[in-house]
Amino acid sequence: MSQFYLTALQLSICLGPMAMGIFITMKVFNIPDITTDGSYTLGAVVTAVLLSSHWNALAVLPVCMLAGAVAGTCTGLIHTKLRIDALLAGILVMTGLYSVNLIILGRSNVPLINIHTVFNTLSLFSTDLYNQLFVALVMIILLVFLLRYLLLTDFGIAMRATGNNPVMTQSMGINNDIIKIIGLAMANALTALSGFLVAQYQNFTDINMGIGIVITGLGSVLIADALRIWLNVTHIGLQILFVLAGSLLFQLVLAFTLAMGIDPNFLKLVTAVFVLLIVALPRVSRQLQGSLPNQSKI
Amino acid sequence: MISLQKISKIFNKGKVTEVIALNEISLQIHQGEFLVIVGANGSGKTTLLNVMEGSQMPTTGRIEINGQDVTLLPEYKRSRWVARVFQNPHNGTAPDLTILDNFRLAALRTQRKNLTIGINEAFKKKVREKIAGLGMGLENKISQPMGSLSGGQRQALTLLMCVMDDTEILLLDEPTAALDPRSALVVMNLADKLNKDLGITTVLITHNLKDALVYGNRLIQMQEGKIAQDLNTAEKAGLLLQDLYTWFE
Repeated sequence: MSQFYLTALQLSICLGPMAMGIFITMKVFNIPDITTDGSYTLGAVVTAVLLSSHWNALAVLPVCMLAGAVAGTCTGLIHTKLRIDALLAGILVMTGLYSVNLIILGRSNVPLINIHTVFNTLSLFSTDLYNQLFVALVMIILLVFLLRYLLLTDFGIAMRATGNNPVMTQSMGINNDIIKIIGLAMANALTALSGFLVAQYQNFTDINMGIGIVITGLGSVLIADALRIWLNVTHIGLQILFVLAGSLLFQLVLAFTLAMGIDPNFLKLVTAVFVLLIVALPRVSRQLQGSLPNQSKI
Repeated sequence: MISLQKISKIFNKGKVTEVIALNEISLQIHQGEFLVIVGANGSGKTTLLNVMEGSQMPTTGRIEINGQDVTLLPEYKRSRWVARVFQNPHNGTAPDLTILDNFRLAALRTQRKNLTIGINEAFKKKVREKIAGLGMGLENKISQPMGSLSGGQRQALTLLMCVMDDTEILLLDEPTAALDPRSALVVMNLADKLNKDLGITTVLITHNLKDALVYGNRLIQMQEGKIAQDLNTAEKAGLLLQDLYTWFE
């Protein structure tokens, strides 16, 4: 049973960077970016190809993130320079990435058996699972501190203000286009990092592994948002931790669903319904209290 | 000093809906001047301000700031000289960010936003002191989100934020239109003080003819995209409210 929870914990940590990326685009910049499905697979694809050619996992990491950043930059350029809706820009890049990923990977599935992954770099514990968990935890804690620091810097204030009031930031000498492109690049670099981690965790890369993954990140951010409003938190570090808590809750629900013996084919449906519940419940309760909320963005 | 040379702005050029918002306007605004612009709706006041600020580009003409051609510079680059207070109090500040964050951004208006944490105790103290000068009791609320304040409070802070960094030109587009009389007075007096104490060149658009008389040392009336009247300090001082009303008949 504890194995069951630990697996969910491990997977939620691996998907944590992606959830943080979605936090950046959706909450900080107020841009609905769904390049995610493509850049997540891109991260996993680059990982599979480079690890198979005997690269060191730690050397693969920056290459993965760079690839994700390039994907995000494409979405950003299409959105800001061609003035195309962010949602459509993301869909376009995501669609294009499917072919790119297939070309890089060469076939639709590459197993990573007997390969030295990032999770084998340490052997502090006797159990592999604990070793993996430790590596993942160290990475995610580092990321939380980095992202928190970034958002508190002067540049971070500019990022947050751009999503909050773009009219104001222009008059504050901020080039909204550039800062949005940087934000999308960062978010997708984080997403690719999740692809890097998950590919090594599950020991294979599949061309379809990214389909619908954006909803997992979106769900995590929505749970975090519900927690933030409920507990009235403004602290940025806590908000990032809430996103990770959201990711964990999400994986637990999915693991629980599977453990109940539900057909895995229903997993995406369960995911969609779960996200719908998170979004709808606060609204329904508000409506019952008499104050009709305005139709709002996700 | 800001200089407009034969500035025209034509919307929907060549179409049935063509509008000439600015018609070959030439205008020199000198260092330290407090220029008040009045005019009926649609006379081109706001377009004129937008063209100075860079959020709209003129169709023809040339704009110089301190002798430098800035005609094609976008808004975020012109912010090196120009700060602006919008008509809508919600436009000038980021509501979900704290007052402190908003002021930090304003303090860096003409500078790079680096990857270092700039909000330290010294900065907090500076912001508290500046805000205390308003006498609105906001100096102890600097960690609150900007959105928790009233429109009047936000507008006063927006104006204060304009002078957190080097500012040469202050553009005020009906800054008190959405405010109650008391907040309006605070904002107008602050603008007047900034102009007099710091010598910031100020341009104010207003529909409040009393304000147009009380504040500023030059008065311009706009009509159909042109300057209809241009009164210097002495002429403006001799102007009566009744005379001003006749401009709008």
